[in-house]
Amino acid sequence: MGVTLSVLSLVVLIPLSAVAIKAAELSPAEFAAAAFSERAIAAYRLTFGAAFAAAVINGVFGVLTAWALVRYEFPGKSIVNAMVDLPFALPTAVAGIALATLYSPNGWVGQYLTPLGIKAAYNPLGVVIALTFIGLPFVVRTIEPVLRDLAADVEEAAASLGANRIQTVARVVLPALGPAWLTGFALAFARAVGEYGSVIFIAGNMPYQSEIAPLLIIIQLEQYEYAAAAAIALVMLSASFAMLFVINAIQAWARRIEG
Amino acid sequence: MTISIRSVDKRFGRYPALNDVSLEIADGELLALLGPSGSGKTTLLRTIAGLEFPDAGQVLFGGEDVTYASAAKRRVGFVFQQYALFKHMTVAKNVAFGLDVRKGREKPSKADITKRVDELLKLVELDGLGGRYPSQLSGGQRQRVALSRALAVSPSVLLLDEPFGALDATVRKSLRKELRRIHDATGVTTIFVTHDQEEAMGLADRVAILNAGAIEQVGTPDEVHDSPATAFVCGFVGDANRIEGLVAAGVFNGGGVKLPAKGVADGPACAFVRPYDLALGGANAFAATLQRVSVQGAVAHLDVTTSAGAAIEAVVARAEASNLSVGQPLKLSTAKAHIFPV
Repeated sequence: MGVTLSVLSLVVLIPLSAVAIKAAELSPAEFAAAAFSERAIAAYRLTFGAAFAAAVINGVFGVLTAWALVRYEFPGKSIVNAMVDLPFALPTAVAGIALATLYSPNGWVGQYLTPLGIKAAYNPLGVVIALTFIGLPFVVRTIEPVLRDLAADVEEAAASLGANRIQTVARVVLPALGPAWLTGFALAFARAVGEYGSVIFIAGNMPYQSEIAPLLIIIQLEQYEYAAAAAIALVMLSASFAMLFVINAIQAWARRIEG
Repeated sequence: MTISIRSVDKRFGRYPALNDVSLEIADGELLALLGPSGSGKTTLLRTIAGLEFPDAGQVLFGGEDVTYASAAKRRVGFVFQQYALFKHMTVAKNVAFGLDVRKGREKPSKADITKRVDELLKLVELDGLGGRYPSQLSGGQRQRVALSRALAVSPSVLLLDEPFGALDATVRKSLRKELRRIHDATGVTTIFVTHDQEEAMGLADRVAILNAGAIEQVGTPDEVHDSPATAFVCGFVGDANRIEGLVAAGVFNGGGVKLPAKGVADGPACAFVRPYDLALGGANAFAATLQRVSVQGAVAHLDVTTSAGAAIEAVVARAEASNLSVGQPLKLSTAKAHIFPV
């Protein structure tokens, strides 16, 4: 217990409180000016909005991916399985550069999107793409074990009671995945909110348009505006903490029902 | 609903799970499928349910061919060994599921569903627990929920796969009685799978004994116990001493025991003698030495070895064993033995 607490303090609590202390150097008015400037609010809106959109996309495709990995045998399955974890392992900057190259107007994918009038890089859509990429494994890996544990006999029971396939999936399988799905969704969302490396290459980083909050912190730091950076950081920190708290609450609720 | 299974074959890869199985089940009957693991009993049950489909042969429900009909079309109620309850639904929602998923005119009104659920929970003695989640129930209670969920759709046949397998002995015993009571109350044709011969013999009207994908014998518990059709049935149902030997001129001789073997062909044979068919003394007795006595309630179990060294177990009334001591020579005889050529 003592060891846990000291490590936790050294590694987590002290740096975090430093953020709060630094931000406290500002008067309330200065804090508000730094943390809630028009530019900062645009950055928050983009960060949370894009993170939410990415988490929603991952929420859908993560379930499909997990389903395919658990229920079907197909050639190259182990490769797909390893690829799902790639965003965990890949340096985020590498992912960012790769995505920017792919989706830029003359990139492999981007050149086909441009004629369709879709601009997939250097704007908010690019941010969403990057955040989707890094968030996918969170959904897949939280759903996978639950789906695997969901014994086939539960589906057979539903079918023998007269439920058709759609009813079985909608009323038995998906609700059973619910808590895990919410957890995966929240994890992907939380990860996306904090993502920096992969986003800045594809985002274009235009203030008020495609500038994310973590980048704004860096910009403030580079201008030696430590207190202002800390103010924005404090807002992000509170948001992250609130989200993790929600994740824990979801898990506790799920444990109570699943037993 | 009468059920006919006609020459059903089923393979899993190269492994034959069912081999030319035929079985007739009468309306309102309570039938046990009994056999060791791997004997095909669960495959047969799942084939009747429409959860597996045979490679060859026919399944008929009330004369209608349902060989390739789905479980839902057949209106079967299936109870799984591991309950297979919907964990995210309350007990009442679980029971109501089969009625809830119906569509249009078939679907009963909300009030009717609630009424039916209450009736069923009362039938399985779970009234008042409708609001709980499965995780808040004991194993026995969960199996009762699974049973009432299966009964909710008024199935034409109730199928249970090792329904008491995951429960402890006391709960098992009371649920067994409960199943019999529910069967008698609803009159629904019921088939259950078990590897526990005591369960099959104590509960079922008739028992079908399976071994290696084929039915060895079908009969009432008394029939299969008293007149086993094959050596497998004799060894599987009830306790039996197995003695290897030879039959010559209508007499079995093996392990220091001689038994009349009328009508058994000459050659190597196997004799089965039930411990409780052995008596101390009597006509045609054979010699044995007492190795151990253990008293269990009203009876005493005697472990003896014959003059040829075969180990045999006998069960006698406790009073008869009171003055016996270990190492003492005994005379044992039997009026009944089952002898099969091998």
